[in-house]
Amino acid sequence: MAALSINNVCKTYANGTDVLKGINIAIEDGEFLILVGPSGCGKSTLLNMIAGLDDISSGDIAIGGKRVNELSPKDRDIAMVFQSYALYPSMTVRENISFGLEIRKTPRAEIDATVKRVAEMLQITHLLERKPGQMSGGQRQRVAMGRALARNPAIFLFDEPLSNLDAKLRVEMRTEIKLMHQRLKSTIVYVTHDQIEAMTLGDKIAVMKDGIVQQFGSPQDIYDNPANLFVAGFIGSPSMNFIPATVVQSGSDIGVKVCDDKGCVVLPLPHDKAKLAGWVGKEVIFGIRPEQITDARTAYRDGLPVMACHIDVIEPTGPDTLVFVSLNNTKVCCRTHPTEAKYPGESMELVFDVSKAVLFDPKTEARIV
Amino acid sequence: MFKNLTVGRALVYAALLLMAIYYLLPLYVMLTTSFKSLDDIREGNMLALPQAWQGGAWAKAWAEACTGVECNGMQGFFWNSIKMTLPAVAISTLLGAVNGYVVSMWRFRGSDALFTMLLVGCFIPFQVVLLPMAQLLGLLGLANTTAGLVLVHVVYGTAFTTLFFRNFYITVPDELVKAARIDGAGFWTIFFRILLPISGPIFVVCIIWQFTQIWNDFLFGVVFASGESQPITVALNNLVNTSTGVKEYNVDMAAAIIAALPTLFVYMVAGRYFVRGLTAGAVKG
Repeated sequence: MAALSINNVCKTYANGTDVLKGINIAIEDGEFLILVGPSGCGKSTLLNMIAGLDDISSGDIAIGGKRVNELSPKDRDIAMVFQSYALYPSMTVRENISFGLEIRKTPRAEIDATVKRVAEMLQITHLLERKPGQMSGGQRQRVAMGRALARNPAIFLFDEPLSNLDAKLRVEMRTEIKLMHQRLKSTIVYVTHDQIEAMTLGDKIAVMKDGIVQQFGSPQDIYDNPANLFVAGFIGSPSMNFIPATVVQSGSDIGVKVCDDKGCVVLPLPHDKAKLAGWVGKEVIFGIRPEQITDARTAYRDGLPVMACHIDVIEPTGPDTLVFVSLNNTKVCCRTHPTEAKYPGESMELVFDVSKAVLFDPKTEARIV
Repeated sequence: MFKNLTVGRALVYAALLLMAIYYLLPLYVMLTTSFKSLDDIREGNMLALPQAWQGGAWAKAWAEACTGVECNGMQGFFWNSIKMTLPAVAISTLLGAVNGYVVSMWRFRGSDALFTMLLVGCFIPFQVVLLPMAQLLGLLGLANTTAGLVLVHVVYGTAFTTLFFRNFYITVPDELVKAARIDGAGFWTIFFRILLPISGPIFVVCIIWQFTQIWNDFLFGVVFASGESQPITVALNNLVNTSTGVKEYNVDMAAAIIAALPTLFVYMVAGRYFVRGLTAGAVKG
């Protein structure tokens, strides 16, 4: 196990494309780091560079305090699990797991013991003599993890390991990976484009876009305090509502003005007035998560602003019913209690919990408060 | 089996049958003629079965027929062809496998350009390389030898074999190579332990293709080999064109079949893998 630090790492391809533009990430020994972002954001490239499969154009990567820039993959003490599992097709599960150990000239008895231990841990003992072609996706996934575990490396690298599995299996394997991490206290770097995997698995999340880390922090911090419009929209499902609104002064309060076809309400903001003062009269993007607009029964505090809204569509999910209304000509999703939700065409009183609402500059997309 | 026989179906079968007969007829004529006596050939119908089956023509074609001045039959040339074809097929196939592995899995600056240049090699007509190749063989001291012919066929065939293997390996996910590199395997270990074991289908394609090409080649054989070292295709030509004595059609036919037997044999043994190999990669394994 070892800490990982990535200092000002850039990647430029021969044709001049900048894929990564100065990445800085550091995690402690035993932490679970998630690299998350839309496709093409450079997260897989970064993982390949940590693995040593891609060259580093500039900057440094250190594993356990040791600079590894020039080391070949086999000398970095890492193991990797791939999206396609990348099991060697001609070898049995046993051979797949022991291949890396054999190459490192591990004694036979030790290899056998390791294979046995790993197979028992992942409950794949009965599959040891099968070939990859004779197994299901979930089983292959386990074997791929077993191959990584057998090596007992300083860092585990996961490259979208669950995206080829069906939805149910994906949730199961997600829990297993988390359990494995809790048990082994291993350092893990995990690439995904799925924000739910990112939130549920990570100790730290690096949200990436266009080769830049948009925000690096704990899952809850990123959820509650997104650094910019992109992060706010990317993390969370259903995603945060972005309502274009004007900042207005109303008495001693500063708030945002939201209207539907019946009329307007000013939602007073409890945020730092000094930061808001300069925006009075200007257009901002008012970001509020679906669970922060709800029915009176679910709202846990009194004295919050209330607005009667015309319901366009409802989507029952079971535990909640998502109610869609239109505010400032924008579709807004609200999470309400199933028994409290009204029906499309009806009007419903919605409570706005603005304490965790955020404002963004519509031009720079940066966070205001 | 005729329950579902519609008119359309029947027409299709009829057309197929006609085609099959059309293609099999020459083989039938060759086989029957080779077992006929000369009198039988002269008097009888070309399509008729032999009046008396006799294998004398085969023995003569193998051991006694005249190919120019020599009259030792096809046997020596048959072995010449074997000695030329086996190493040429083996070397060009292995070279192609390594080339294909490099251009698909170990891309380097200019590897695409290199592959394109190799591809162009597939389109160079035989005739164009005759003179420079003759010069090269002379320089190497390999003129008129089987080794020289092997070299010619390896050089000419590597372009094709590289193309075959490259197109096969390009369908293999490169994550496989990445995984092996992280496991600590080097260039050759990955090739021998990971890729070769799954290359069976493409080896079959390559071997059939190369075997047929090299065995059937006439031009290189007739230009770069002479006398003792000639391959069987050249010998067959000489045998059939020998103008002394009576024209022995039965011997000609037997000799032609002898010359064609090895390629027929390869197709029969490996033919079903051929189609499978050509379409390999289309389906995820």
